[in-house]
Amino acid sequence: MVKKVLKALTGAECVAEAMRQINPDVVAAYPITPQTPIMHAFSQFVADGKVDTEFVTVESEHSAMSATVGASAAGSRAMTATSSNGLALMWEVVHIAASTRLPIVMNVVNRALSGPINIHCDHSDSMGCRDAGWIQLYSETGEEAYHNTIMAVRIAEHPDVLLPVMVCQDGFITSHSVETSEILDDETVKNFIGEHNGHHPLLKTENPVTVGPLDLFDYYFEHKRQQLDAMERAKPIIQSIFDEFGAIVGRKIEFFEPYMLDDAEEAVICLSSSCGTLRHVVDELRKQGRKVGLLKVRVFRPFDQNKLAEMIRHIPVVGVMDRSASFGAFGGPVFMEVRNAIADESQKPLTVNYIYGLGGREFTVEQAKQVFDELRQVRESGNPGIKVRTLGVRE
Amino acid sequence: MFFILEIRFHGRGGQGAKTAAAFIAEAAQREGKFVQSFPEYGAERQGAPVTAFTRISDSRIYLHCGITEPDIVVVVDPTLLKSIPVAEGLKENGMLVVNTVEPIEKVREHTGFNGKIITVDATKIAVEEIGKAVTNTAMLGALEKAKEIVPFEHLLEITREHFTYKLGEDVAERNVKALKRAYEEAKVW
Repeated sequence: MVKKVLKALTGAECVAEAMRQINPDVVAAYPITPQTPIMHAFSQFVADGKVDTEFVTVESEHSAMSATVGASAAGSRAMTATSSNGLALMWEVVHIAASTRLPIVMNVVNRALSGPINIHCDHSDSMGCRDAGWIQLYSETGEEAYHNTIMAVRIAEHPDVLLPVMVCQDGFITSHSVETSEILDDETVKNFIGEHNGHHPLLKTENPVTVGPLDLFDYYFEHKRQQLDAMERAKPIIQSIFDEFGAIVGRKIEFFEPYMLDDAEEAVICLSSSCGTLRHVVDELRKQGRKVGLLKVRVFRPFDQNKLAEMIRHIPVVGVMDRSASFGAFGGPVFMEVRNAIADESQKPLTVNYIYGLGGREFTVEQAKQVFDELRQVRESGNPGIKVRTLGVRE
Repeated sequence: MFFILEIRFHGRGGQGAKTAAAFIAEAAQREGKFVQSFPEYGAERQGAPVTAFTRISDSRIYLHCGITEPDIVVVVDPTLLKSIPVAEGLKENGMLVVNTVEPIEKVREHTGFNGKIITVDATKIAVEEIGKAVTNTAMLGALEKAKEIVPFEHLLEITREHFTYKLGEDVAERNVKALKRAYEEAKVW
C-alpha cells in the first residue's frame, strides 16, 4: 500500500529525504553552496543511525568523485552531490565514472561557474559536462528532484544502461525554497529501487576483474562506441522507469513534458524551475485568448531528438530558454539540441534563443510575457530577426 | 477558487525574517494549504537587509520568482522603515505590519502607504520576553492579528513544538509568550 504525505520541505531536504530512503552503501561529499544543505541533512541521518551509509568526508570534490568511483567499482551503491566549481573540480573523474560504466547517482544543485564568483543559479556547471557521458535529469521543483533521485538509481543500475546519472535542480530557487512536497513511504521507495548487485564488482574476489586499465587505439574506440550505444539504449528504459514510477506517484513523467502545446501558436522550451513561472504565464495568457504553450525538458541526456521533433514540428514559433551560455557558439546548449532535432523536418518552427538568468538573475513574470510577445511578433512577421537574444540584461 | 496569498518579510540578517516566512508557510501547510517560502540571498551577514517571501494557496503554486505585489508586508526591523521602500508594490487593499514605536502618522509618512497598517513594539516585547531583540515570533503574532492565516491556537502549538525541538522548552515558552503578547498589543489602524 503506497502512502504519501505532504510536507513543507526545501528542495535540498527533498533530496536528502530521497537519499535516506535509498540508503546508499557509500556517500562521499565535500560541502559547497548551494549543495551543502543536502549533505547537512543527510549527515544528520547518518549520525542519527537512520541510514547504514558509510559517509566519507573528503578534502575536495576531486576526492569526492574519486571515492564515489572507488565505492561504486567495489560493487556498492554510491552517491554524491555538488555544485558549480565543485563539479568543475571533479571534471576528470566525472568522465572516468561514465566510461567505467559506474551507476553513480549525483545531485547537482545548479550554480553559476566562477568567475566572477557567484553563488546563484545558472546551468553552466551541468551544461559544461553535457558531453561527459552522464545521463542528466532536470527538476522543476524539490518534489521533482526527489522523484528524479529515486528514479535515477533504477536508471543508472539497469543492466542495459550502467551509466551514472546527474539529477539537477536550481540552486537557491528550489534548493533553498520551502514548498509543499509529496513524500512516499520508505517501503515503497525501497521496493521500487530494489537491491543493488554491482556489475563485475571488484570485491567479488572469486571473479577477479581489472578496472580502469590502459586502453589505447586497440580498444578505446570500441569502449566509446559502447557508451554511445548505452545512451541510445537508455531512452526506452528511462521512459519505462518513468512510467512505472509515474503510476506510483500519479503523474505522467516524460522526457519532454508538454503543457498546452496541441494548438499552440507560440511555445517556449525550458528546463527546471523557470518552467513553473512560464506555466503560470501560459495560464494567464490563455485566459486572454492567446494560444501559447510550454515544453519542459526533463531529460537532457540522452536527448531524444525524434520525440522532440514530433512534439514541436506543428508549432509556428518556438522560443528556447538557455540558462547558460556557450561562448562563440550559435546559441546555448538547449537551442543547439532543439535546432538539430528539427533540422531535417519538412515542417518546422521558427526558433529564437533566449540566454537568461545567468548568475541567478531573476526570471520574472514580466520576462516570460516579453518572450511570448516577441515570439508572437516573429510569427506575425515571419522573420525571426535576432536569433540569439539575451533576456533581462542591462545593455 | 484559485487564490494566492503573498507575504513579503523585510528584516535584517539575524532577526529571523527567513524563519518567520518559512514558519508561517509550514503552519499553513499543516492546514492543508499549498505553500512556498524562500529568502532572497545576498551577502549573508548579520545586520544586512534581508527579504523573505511566503506564498499560500488552495492549489499547487507554480511561480518561482520573488513577490513584487504582496498582499501583506511584514517589517521585522524598525530601522528599515526609513531606509528601504518597504511598501513598494504593496496592494492598496493589502496590509502593512510594522515593528515600530513611531506614531501612525509617521509610519504613513515614511512608507507612503494609506491602507491598513498594524503596528507593534516587537523589539520591546522580544527583549522582555525572550531576552534578545529577535523579533520574528512577535511579528508573527502581529501578522496573525492582521489576518488569521492559521487558527491562533494552532500557531501557538506549532511555535511551541518548533522551538522545543530546536532550542528547548524554556526558549519555546518565551517565544510563545512573545507571540501572544504581540497579538494582544498590536494596534490596527
